[in-house]
Amino acid sequence: MAFLSHAEDAPETRLVYRHTLWVRIAHWVNAGVLLIMLMSGLQIFNAHPALYWGVTSHFDKPLLSMTAIQTPTGEIRGITQIGSARFDTTGVFGASEIFGQTAVRGFPAWATLPSWRSLASGRQWHFFFAWLFVFNGLAFAVYAFASRHFGRDLLPKKRDLENIGKDIIDHLHLRFPKGEEALHYNVLQKLAYFTVIFILGPLIVLTGLTMSPTMNSALPELLFIFGGRQSARTIHFLCAFGFVIFFVVHMVMVILSGPLNNLRAIITGRYGIEADNG
Amino acid sequence: MADTNRRNVLTRLTVGASAALLAGCDKISQSASGSDFLKKGSDLAYKAQRLFAGRDALAPEFSKADIAPVFRANGTLDPASDDYKAHAANNFRDWRVKVGGLVEHPFEISLAELRALPSRTQITRHDCVEGWSCIGEWTGAPLRPILAKARPKENARFVLFHCADDMSSDENTEQFYYETLDLVEALHPQTILAYDLNGKPLPVANGAPLRLRAERQLGYKMAKYVNGIELVESFANIRGGNGGYWEDQGYTWWAGI
Repeated sequence: MAFLSHAEDAPETRLVYRHTLWVRIAHWVNAGVLLIMLMSGLQIFNAHPALYWGVTSHFDKPLLSMTAIQTPTGEIRGITQIGSARFDTTGVFGASEIFGQTAVRGFPAWATLPSWRSLASGRQWHFFFAWLFVFNGLAFAVYAFASRHFGRDLLPKKRDLENIGKDIIDHLHLRFPKGEEALHYNVLQKLAYFTVIFILGPLIVLTGLTMSPTMNSALPELLFIFGGRQSARTIHFLCAFGFVIFFVVHMVMVILSGPLNNLRAIITGRYGIEADNG
Repeated sequence: MADTNRRNVLTRLTVGASAALLAGCDKISQSASGSDFLKKGSDLAYKAQRLFAGRDALAPEFSKADIAPVFRANGTLDPASDDYKAHAANNFRDWRVKVGGLVEHPFEISLAELRALPSRTQITRHDCVEGWSCIGEWTGAPLRPILAKARPKENARFVLFHCADDMSSDENTEQFYYETLDLVEALHPQTILAYDLNGKPLPVANGAPLRLRAERQLGYKMAKYVNGIELVESFANIRGGNGGYWEDQGYTWWAGI
């Protein structure tokens, strides 16, 4: 990892131990598990690429659907419908290429696991890695509470929230905390990490469980909370979308605020900050 | 400039690693051992759900107002065999179900006799493994007393359902649909051999004249066109060895999730 060393460091840089080993392990396990969960989830979605609201599937009025039509010239076009709005999404959603041929499929081959169409295999991946997602999440939660990482670093405080306006403006100007200030997560970071770990994570697990007919017999309350099995399926999908949005923003912020320093921190734990007295 | 180079290297490493990872995952999906390993996730779900959900915990039931105008059918919609077609033409008057295997008292029961048994009517949500759900009202004979009448032997552990729909695309081979339930699911109060859907005899597309309803499972467990019930100790040596037609195609035996 020599090339990760002092690449971006200003002359007066001091290395601070920022991420403990447990945080780093949980982070990387989660990164891999989530990628597999997302891609196998899209494979499962492709078996019936439509979302509904309520208990059952109102096949004639989905909230979202990915279908395909054949034009008079015999060409296959992918159509994505959101509410009553229809979009031609050929090549990405509804119809895309696999093994050199245009196929009718919700999400394209590059986004699903396995790449070819196999609901059976997608489910095998999804339900294996779901356990790892849950165990890793629980282990992290236990660690975060026991070590006070949660209260100290993740939970936004009243003072943080009062400064949120300034923080948003700073972020929009791409001004990131330096020096001692960079030692702590700012309020937007806290809100993002807190929401993803303690809201989106549990929500995606619970909506997933709500889709299980055996779980419905054991805990019918879940159906009540989420408004029925098909609503739960839709919320599950939206949570997955939320994780994707988080990932994109996370990557942008990592790149904008010093990618090598950030990467070093999440691999080795050590984060470089500019010395204040420099 | 050195910095840009490093970033390029890093980007390429990330993209390359992701591509390799996904190609590896595709390889695992294709291999039998990889697939067997991944199925352990489902085995664990089976154990966890057996522990967590009571033996007789009921699937939610709904009201008449919730019944779907058209109950969506999937899988076999019209069995092609001459034998089945003859039964259908005769309104299934001669349809019989053999109950046997590891039982003290094997017997055969006709559709009329099944209809004369005490019945259960339940409005339930049907969940297809594909992801959609549909509500219908099912009437049928609970399986529990039928199995009790046959008196399963000590070593009977699974109930195997034989079906009349041939899934083979090749005319020279026969591959009838089949399914297995463990005894907990088979003896569950909502597990019935249904002969009516929404108050009318079961349509052919939905499994006429008799289909299994196991309301805490996904649709593929609920065998249609049932003509035989066999108690077995294990399904390891039956057909593909995975306990069902779709299970032999890679779907997990436990379909409670």
